[in-house]
Formats: sequence, structure tokens, C-alpha cells
Amino acid sequence: MIRFLVRRTVSTLTVMLVLSVVVYLVFYAAPHDPALLVCGKGCDGARLAVVRHKLGTDLPLWQQYWQFLHGLLAGRDFDAGTDITHCAAPCFGYSFQTDQPVLGMITARLPLDASLTVGAAVLWLLIGIGAGVLSALRRGGIGERALTGVTLAGMAMPVFLVGLLLMMLFCGYLQWLPFPTYVPFTQDPSAWAANLVLPWISLALVTAASYARMTRSSLLETLAEDHIRTARAYGLGERRIVLGHALRGALTPVITLLAMDLGGLLGGAQLTESVFGFDGIGRLLVESVNKIDLPVVVGVTLFAGFFIVIANALADLLYALADPRVGLR
Amino acid sequence: MSSPTPASPSSPVWRRLRANRAAMAGLLVVVLLLLLAAAAPLVAALEGQNPTAFHNELIDSATGGVPIGPFGGASARHWLGVEPGTGRDVLARLVYGAQVSLSVSIGATVVQVALGTLIGLAAGLGNQLADTVLSRTMDLAIAFPGLVFAISLMAVVPGSFPRPVLLMLVLGVLGWGGTARLVRGQALTLRSLDHVAAARLSGARSWRTARREILPGLAAPVITYAALLLPGNVTAEAGLSFLGVGVRPPTSSWGQMLSGATTWYQADPAYVLLPAGLLFVTVLAFTVLGEGLRTALDPRAKSRLRRARSRRTVAA
Repeated sequence: MIRFLVRRTVSTLTVMLVLSVVVYLVFYAAPHDPALLVCGKGCDGARLAVVRHKLGTDLPLWQQYWQFLHGLLAGRDFDAGTDITHCAAPCFGYSFQTDQPVLGMITARLPLDASLTVGAAVLWLLIGIGAGVLSALRRGGIGERALTGVTLAGMAMPVFLVGLLLMMLFCGYLQWLPFPTYVPFTQDPSAWAANLVLPWISLALVTAASYARMTRSSLLETLAEDHIRTARAYGLGERRIVLGHALRGALTPVITLLAMDLGGLLGGAQLTESVFGFDGIGRLLVESVNKIDLPVVVGVTLFAGFFIVIANALADLLYALADPRVGLR
Repeated sequence: MSSPTPASPSSPVWRRLRANRAAMAGLLVVVLLLLLAAAAPLVAALEGQNPTAFHNELIDSATGGVPIGPFGGASARHWLGVEPGTGRDVLARLVYGAQVSLSVSIGATVVQVALGTLIGLAAGLGNQLADTVLSRTMDLAIAFPGLVFAISLMAVVPGSFPRPVLLMLVLGVLGWGGTARLVRGQALTLRSLDHVAAARLSGARSWRTARREILPGLAAPVITYAALLLPGNVTAEAGLSFLGVGVRPPTSSWGQMLSGATTWYQADPAYVLLPAGLLFVTVLAFTVLGEGLRTALDPRAKSRLRRARSRRTVAA
């Protein structure tokens, strides 16, 4: 257990370090000059040099990166010419464009992405596992064929396409729902849900398909195992065998899938946010990439990477807890 | 030692694939789409339009540019109507969009599979050190937030670089991890087989062993895996273009058309439904064909592939 935790912590840190180095290299190699964008129109050489110094882009690459790393682990001071701002660890720096602290920009958007992810996950688990169990129980029937068709269609629908079509139908033609705008849960829970219901359904529809397939195949594998045959020989009913005995073992691969999907979405749902016009972490990334706002891009990338890597480690841990035959590596 | 070579017309693989009606329908659609994409200039010429010409007289400036007439301004001259805001011909943009979608997704898959096979082979057949280093790199590649990185990479490359080629490379470079992991596992298994061991003992060099003894055994799983990667790449291209970092105007792409459609879907539903339908049919056809290939190539390979399959590059 302790060995597992140490190994995972080391590999997590490695991935994060590589991520940050790659982002720095990519943006350093880019031909754009962020200072030019910040400085705006009618910018002369002297002012450009001041802006460059303020952003820190006048330093060589390794020094920029070293300062960033130092800020992340121990905090750093920003010298704005006249006054010095201290940025405590973990310091992701300040946005080139808005001068806001990057960490604050990300955490301010986190409730939106968390609401989006958790609500959608509840839906896709219900739909996916439900459909998977049903089709495993009724093998070879018309229902199973229909399910196969529906899941394939679900896998073929990109989320922005589903979102667009749902919005067209429910907000445009039927006018049952408002055009989604994010309302914080603490402000008005019912408006929160009403505005998020379409994004939830869109994400759930495109994601549930893979859960249905995995639940089905994993349940069929488990049902063929010896302990299930024993349970059958004792005369237990099919429903009790599936729900009481087989499902627990069968759901372990589903847990892995869930952890990875949650990790991926918490760091920003770029396409979903974009189609519904939500101002979340994903859109923050797209916007700051277009403005060459390096501190924000690095921050969001590390944040997204962090969630994915943590989710992977968590998945392995849960896997081992749910299925004692799997050891921790 | 005979090894399974797919695609020869009389092989059991082809027979099994032909018996699968859904897969054959998928194959038919894919072939039609490829023809449509290849014939894009021809289709546009037949209609007498091109994908980049603006037609201000066909849109209503009072409403901000909604096409005049029903069904998005469809007429004898513009068979599927014109684009809101610009008046560009929708059919011409759709067929040229098919070129982008198919070439980028196929190209990206080729890059992914080529990189993945090379790195996987090197890890599976190389010495202990190479295997450790490459395996860790694979883990890293799979743990990378793919979409996040694709967005960043697409934005920093200068605009003069051809965007479709850039898309291929970016998707390819970010998506080789799954193939590499699969190939490494297969290579390790194949290496322990007798005929490969015999070749090694007889003094054949490792590159020759890889080419003559290992590669044929890899064909089936790699082809299957590539077929499963392809629809994901179609979606990825559409998604990046939807976000505005993929293909840029005047080049057309389905994702880009859908992105434009987000502001027009109430006034001009046809402009949403056409690219949406085409994108859906394309991804579905590739998915169904991939599933068919998987069962045809190795009916029992399901669980192995499932385990090797990595995170989807573009999920949400």
C-alpha cells in the first residue's frame, strides 16, 4: 500500500513536470510575442521592453521556467516596477491579459465544471449500467440488438452535435427550457438544475454508450465464472445472482472508466461549454490559447493534467479494493 | 509458419466480414463518402458553384444575413441552400468539408499507428532498459490531456502552415500511446513463440526478426485497433474545428460549419442539420465497419483490445 502510494506520487509528479516543460517549450517556440498583444496598438519599442520585463518574457527560457517552478513550490515576488506583489505557493502567476491570479481564475470556474460533471455522471451511470445489465440478462433478443444500435449511434455522436440538436429542439422549437446560462447552485438550486439539464443529458448520452457496452461484456464474463455457477447450483434466482453477486465484480472495469472520465471533465469540458456558451475552465483554455496568455494556459493544462493523473491513480486503488484478486502495482 | 494475412478476397476474414450486414453497409457508406470527397471539385462544378464565393444578394441583410427562401435558401442554383451571413454555397462547402474530414482523420490514424507500432516494437523487442524507458513514455502519452494539448498546439503554430496537415500531425503525435501499448504486448507474446525464437537462435538480426516474424502477427490486432481509432479522429477534427482552432476559413470543415450554426439554428435549421447529419453518418459508418472488422479478424480478441484501448482523445 505504502509502496503503491509512493510510486504513484512520484509518477504523478513526473507527469506534471513533463506537462509544464512541454507547455513552456511549445509556447516559447511559438512565433507570437505575448508582449505585443498586451501592449496593444501604437506600441513603441521602449514601452514594449517595459511590458516584456513586467511579463518576464525578456528572460531566457530556462529562467522563466525556473521562476515558474519556484513560484509553484515556494511562492514568488512579482516586481511591477514601483511595487512588489507577493504570490504565495502554489503560485501559478498572473494572467498576461487581465493581471488576475491564474489560480483564482481557475477555481472561480470550478463549480461550473463540477456541477456539469457530477450531474452528467449520475445520469450516464444510471443509463449505462441499467442498459448494460438489461441487455446481459436478455441475450439475443430484439432488445439487445436495439441496444447495440443505440449505443453505436451514441458513440458516433460528438457532444457538441447532441448539445446543438437538443438546444434546437427544447429551447428553440418547444421552448420548454431556457437557453442555458449558468446559475450557481447556492443562488437558486432549481434554476441551476433547469439550466444544466441539457448539458447533463448531452454529456450523458454520448458517454453512457461505452458504459453500457463495458457493463454488458464484463457482466457476461463474470456470469461465466465458477462462483456464479455455485450460486446457481444452490438454486438462487437469476435476479439475485446478478444484482447480489455478479454485478459487484463486474463493475470494477466500469469504475476505472468512471474515474478517467471524471478526471478528464473536471479539468474543463471544452466542447460542452463551448456549445452551451458556459464560461468554464475549458473555454478559459481556448480563449487564453488564442491570446497567447501563457500563465493561464500552463495553469489550466497542469490543472487538467493533475485531475487526469489523480483519477488514474484513484481508479487503480478502487479497482484493487473492489476486486481483491487485483494487487496494487 | 503461416500467419493471418487479412484482405485477400477468399480469406475467412473477408467471408466473415461479408456476412456482417451492418459492417457491409458501413463499408458502402465509407466508400461513397470517399468518392464524394474525391469528386468534390466535380460536384461543385456540376452545381456550377464554388465553396468560397460570397453571395450577398441571397441573404437578407435586414435579419443579419439569414438566407432568403425556405430550406436555407435552397434553389436550382444552390441545391442545398447558402450559408447564413455569407451566402456561400452549402453543398460545395459540405463536399470540400468531406475532403478535410476524411484526409485528416485517415492521415492522423496512419501517423498514430505508424508511431505506435514503431515505439511498441522497440519496447517489446529491445533490451530491458529500452523497454522500461519506452513503457514509461507510453504511460505518459496516455496520461496526457490530449484535447487540452491539441488546442494549445494548434494555436501556436503559424497560420502559414497548412492546417489539415497540422491537424493530422497533432492528433497523430498525441494519440500513439494506445497502439504502442498494444503492439508492445503483442510483440512480447510473439517473441516467446517457437518460430521467432528459432529465427533469433539461428542468428537473424533483431530488425530482420521484427520484419519477417513479428510484423505479420501484428497485422490483425493493429488493423483492428486502427479501425477503432479512425472514428475518434473524425470527431477530434470536427471538435477542434468547432472550437475554432482547427481548419480555418476559407477552407471548410463540418465542425467549423456547426460552430457557425450555433448562432443560426433558430433562423436556419437546415444549416445545422446538413453538416450534423453528414458528420454523424460518417462517424457511425466508420464505427460499424471497425466493429465488423474486429469480430471478423479475431472473434475472441474482444477483451484484449478493450484492455489496450486508451482514453479517448476528445471526449467532451
